[in-house]
Amino acid sequence: MSVSVEFLELLWILLPELLPSPLYALARLGVAFVAVMAFIVVMVLFAVWFERKVIGHIQVRIGPLHTGRWHGWAQTIADAIKLFLKEDIIPKGVDRPVYVLAPLVVFVTTVVVYVVIPFSRNLVARDINMGILFVFAVSSIATLGIFMGGWGSNNKYSLLGAMRVAAQIVSYEVPLLLSVLGVFMLAQTLSLNGIVEAQKGLWYVFLQPVGFVIYVIAGIAEVNRLPFDIPEAESELVAGFHTEYSGLRFAFFFLAEYANMFVMSALATVLFLGGWHGPFLPGFVWFILKAFFFMFLMVWLRGTYPRLRVDQMMSFCWKVLLPLAFLNLLVTGLVMSFI
Amino acid sequence: MGVIENRFGPNIIVTTVDKAINWARKCSLWPLGFGLACCAIEMISTGASRYDLARFGMEVFRASPRQADLMIIAGTVTKKIAPRLRLLYEQMPEKKYVVAMGGCAIAGGPFYDSYSVVKRVDLIVPVDVYIPGCAPRPEALLHGLLKLREKIDRETIARKGN
Repeated sequence: MSVSVEFLELLWILLPELLPSPLYALARLGVAFVAVMAFIVVMVLFAVWFERKVIGHIQVRIGPLHTGRWHGWAQTIADAIKLFLKEDIIPKGVDRPVYVLAPLVVFVTTVVVYVVIPFSRNLVARDINMGILFVFAVSSIATLGIFMGGWGSNNKYSLLGAMRVAAQIVSYEVPLLLSVLGVFMLAQTLSLNGIVEAQKGLWYVFLQPVGFVIYVIAGIAEVNRLPFDIPEAESELVAGFHTEYSGLRFAFFFLAEYANMFVMSALATVLFLGGWHGPFLPGFVWFILKAFFFMFLMVWLRGTYPRLRVDQMMSFCWKVLLPLAFLNLLVTGLVMSFI
Repeated sequence: MGVIENRFGPNIIVTTVDKAINWARKCSLWPLGFGLACCAIEMISTGASRYDLARFGMEVFRASPRQADLMIIAGTVTKKIAPRLRLLYEQMPEKKYVVAMGGCAIAGGPFYDSYSVVKRVDLIVPVDVYIPGCAPRPEALLHGLLKLREKIDRETIARKGN
């Protein structure tokens, strides 16, 4: 794998020499699009299998075993083909354009975020100088897509789930951004690659431990994972905002959820764990390893904690995380101005 | 699939596509989280660690019928639940399968003479596999689900029904 990655990096560097600039921009865009889509699909297929195996072993089960020959590796492939083939139901009472558009809005906003993620020093589709702002701005639109799905479905469970998503994501965005501000102050840049470069000596997880913890908690709440999966709590809301979605449309929500999980993990890697820095192995491999450590952490938390209540979740955000994030910001600023 | 049905014999294209589609369908049967009576306890323990439905990729108990493929009718079907059962079945997207689990679902069981019990569940929904027992042990349910997988393996896109 590493050889092909090296080749890709080389191609990335050499491409501007080989092609005239407008053609190069177009080619770069096309290559980036294909690469990102391929990566998302393969990553999600692997992540779902990985989650089911890990959850299985946490619960003293085996998890998928018989699909494919080796430990059920083909399980998610079978799931994907089946979801493609399922009947596509559009219920009678739905607001049709909104209902149809919602999964695409969620999925596209998630894909767009991958443009700025630096998988290694050169393996980044576009390194814009305010990358992190771009990530949070675009991923906030996904909330709109989820709300469209819940509202357009004309179903009480969907609507309740969508309301909860909106409340949860809007609340947790505040401590999330505040915890990231400490990193900006240290790195003096908003570019994701710049932040990684600034961590060459020491990872920011050691300089910003409180910020890191706040980021992890708020990040898990952002992607609606347990213990914060209140928007799709199946014991009270059936399936939350995607209750009425079947087949391919549901698959898009599913894909977007796991792609979002990876975005959160990748951002944690970039902001706190030194991104692609690491000895011996190529940067790309380090990046994936660190990001998947976070995916594992999310699965581990899912296997460990019960679901929170809505009021507990809200009061935890506003009364604990937010003051802590402000305090962290204040201390960081004070220390930086005196040293 | 009106273009395909009843127009082709078992030629190489149809059988190859059948193989892939059937493999995906049988390996990814997501059951509806739908328990009616004591058989549901056996169904739950089939999903738990000792018997582990997840080995066949079936641990994804969906709460929404829109995302489920398999309805396990686990328990006594009363006349009051019967319309809801039918509604849930109608809400599931094609291809959908039904497993009748336990004596009550198959033939009323010990409550056959009761005024409030549906005599057979196949009066309400078409059933693919019947699993007798009162209640069937998890091994029996697993055996029934494996039989359902075999049944899916014999499906073809060339013929309607089955």
